[in-house]
Amino acid sequence: MSTAKRLAMGLLAPVAALVAAMIITSLVIAVSGSSPGDFWGVIFSRPANRLIVNMVNQAALIYISATAAAIAFRMNLFNIGVEGQYTLASYAAATLAGAAIFPGPLNVLASLVLAVVVGAGWAGIAALLKVTRGVSEVISTIMLNAIAVTLAGYLLDRYGVHEGNGVRSKVIEPGSQLSGWHPFTEPDGAIWTLVPLAVVAGVAFWLLLNKTRFGFDLRATGASPTAAIASGVNVNRMVVVSMLISGGVAGLIWMPALFGSAHSYGTAFQGGLGFTGIAVALLGRNQPVGIVFGAVLFAFLAEQSNQLTFLTDISVNVVQITQGTIVLTVVIAYEVVRRYRIMLDQRAVAPPSSRSAEPEGAAV
Amino acid sequence: MTSPTPTAPQRRIRTQQAAHTWLLFSVAAIVLVAAVRVVTGANGIDSPGTIQAAIIATCPILMAGLGGLWSERSGVVNIGLEGQMILGTWGSAYFTYYYGPWAGVAGAALLGAIGGLLHAVATVTFGVDHIVSGVAINIIAAGAAQFLAEAYFQDLEGGGFKQLTGLDKPASLTIPGMSDAMNSLAERHWFLVSDLASFVAALTDGLSLLTVLIGALVAASAWILWRTPFGLRLRSCGENPAAAESLGVNVYTYKYIAVVVSGAMAGIGGCFLTLVSSSGFTVGQTGGRGYIGLAAMIFGNWHPGGVVAGSLMFGYTDSLRLRDAASVHALLLVLAVVLVAVAVWRGRRAQTTGAVVTGVLGLGFAVWFLLSNEVPRDFTGMTPYVATLLVLALAAQRLRMPAADGLRYRRGQSI
Repeated sequence: MSTAKRLAMGLLAPVAALVAAMIITSLVIAVSGSSPGDFWGVIFSRPANRLIVNMVNQAALIYISATAAAIAFRMNLFNIGVEGQYTLASYAAATLAGAAIFPGPLNVLASLVLAVVVGAGWAGIAALLKVTRGVSEVISTIMLNAIAVTLAGYLLDRYGVHEGNGVRSKVIEPGSQLSGWHPFTEPDGAIWTLVPLAVVAGVAFWLLLNKTRFGFDLRATGASPTAAIASGVNVNRMVVVSMLISGGVAGLIWMPALFGSAHSYGTAFQGGLGFTGIAVALLGRNQPVGIVFGAVLFAFLAEQSNQLTFLTDISVNVVQITQGTIVLTVVIAYEVVRRYRIMLDQRAVAPPSSRSAEPEGAAV
Repeated sequence: MTSPTPTAPQRRIRTQQAAHTWLLFSVAAIVLVAAVRVVTGANGIDSPGTIQAAIIATCPILMAGLGGLWSERSGVVNIGLEGQMILGTWGSAYFTYYYGPWAGVAGAALLGAIGGLLHAVATVTFGVDHIVSGVAINIIAAGAAQFLAEAYFQDLEGGGFKQLTGLDKPASLTIPGMSDAMNSLAERHWFLVSDLASFVAALTDGLSLLTVLIGALVAASAWILWRTPFGLRLRSCGENPAAAESLGVNVYTYKYIAVVVSGAMAGIGGCFLTLVSSSGFTVGQTGGRGYIGLAAMIFGNWHPGGVVAGSLMFGYTDSLRLRDAASVHALLLVLAVVLVAVAVWRGRRAQTTGAVVTGVLGLGFAVWFLLSNEVPRDFTGMTPYVATLLVLALAAQRLRMPAADGLRYRRGQSI
């Protein structure tokens, strides 16, 4: 197959998936009695400056979350627990930052380190249970998510600052707050100072995967555990280390928002990023570059849809259907294209006489 | 199956043995709870009210678990149970509002089945990773339920953009003389007698017919999956689809049926939440019960009896969260005794490490019980999850999932 053709095939799947998702979303809106035209009109309108700033910020959070998920997915480890890992890590980091033990920037650094440690530790529980007791990480991380959310709530209630009906961790002192950059006017908001963390995470993930022995082992184990064992990879060690890295990165997810605008853990905490990250990792095929597109797309959809309430009678929640449908159609489209490719390859190598008698799905 | 095929009398004996084991465990559990109740004086631990609350909390989890059983026995992992359950809550609310509660049950099953069908199309026809498809279905379903609620419930009586309340409930059953007698007997707090009376009282006083239906569905599923040729073929698809195919079983069809039924079961679980557990539909009502159902099924080693036991455990601890703190505290003692018993049993089987770990855990809970006066309320909320982790950590090696569970299968492909 020529390079151009390969490239076209590679783009075919995501484009087909997006089109399918758009059609399905339009159908859902039409069935509920609203106008799909209004919906796409709002989605594809030029975003306001304020929304562009939000998109960049949100895309960064989603990107970090997706990277965390992707590291484990590349090992065939289903770390559903990103949600719990970053919830607990965010609580811990916010509390440490609020306590102001260290001055200024050092405080930020210490909090980031703590976030990584807590996230990694929480993921480590699932890793240890898998390695020592053979517990599926899917179930254990789901359980750990529920425990983490309850635990963070309990600790916050017990040790947090109660104000009126709300409770929050101690507000970070101004010296450790990071003001960010204002690309537009002041009221349009700032791009958070720690947004580049997403870039760092992406580059580190790419280097780790492609330029280190660990990355090679990781990909090998993900592709074929038996072959990896045969070539001397210690799979248990790989499971533990990759879960720790995944959890550590997960710990960083909310940090840009914490130091940029929230300044405390409480009602300002943004939950659900862990699950969004999983969807985006799947969307980006667990590739550092692919995830960029997924994160931007999801942030774009989420921010643009905010205007639906003001401009149309369509519910904001329709975007969640769109996002879920994209994930599903993308994986289906990749699979269909993969089968089609195999068929083409088989046809290319098969002798002319056997072409008509090709068994269905003969490839492994 | 590694053992040779048992003859009919052998099988009967084995079935009887299994029944005896279950009976023995049940009796032991009741005696233990009764003893702890008398020792600690925490009568709320098995009062008729507690047991009723536990049954109500158990049913949705049980239906999700049963759905998981159908699906995974055919070799398809269904993380989408949560989403199918969410669809069920909306479906039951919609159909109950217009056509009454039993139409609501059917509507919930229908909506859940649609979620199942989606999962089947993705996993069976297109060979998508089962977990990926399940995660996507959960996202879609959560969005769809909110979207549909806003589109259809906003202008209804008792409706809002996130809820629909004031729905008719399915009829409930009370055996007049029996329930009063048993309730008064339970209030005497006699050892063992009152505890048994509590159970009977809970089952004879205002038992929802939907609960009865769920009981029937569990029994029917167990019978269909383990006692009919259809069930044998379905399970063979989960164990070795290539072999099943070679014997003329249409693997795709069986997987489709199993996953669609799985979705319908989860949908009925969602229906129970809207019609029996609470007074109507609210967005986000399932609260992860689909996942808990999945955990209950794994805890139950992919068997109907085990699913029931697992769901009861989750349902009981879930219901205690809303009840008095003294009962929760007493539960620590129950847990300690169980863990020590497991430790002794393991010790006798020469599993030294396991015995020591379990024993230390058991003693830990005993110390916690003796040194504290109550358990923080949030911790009670965590109980089901911590219990699952503990059970899985202690018993994971004894669990055996269907051999081809979660694997991609394509027709005509050997492995």
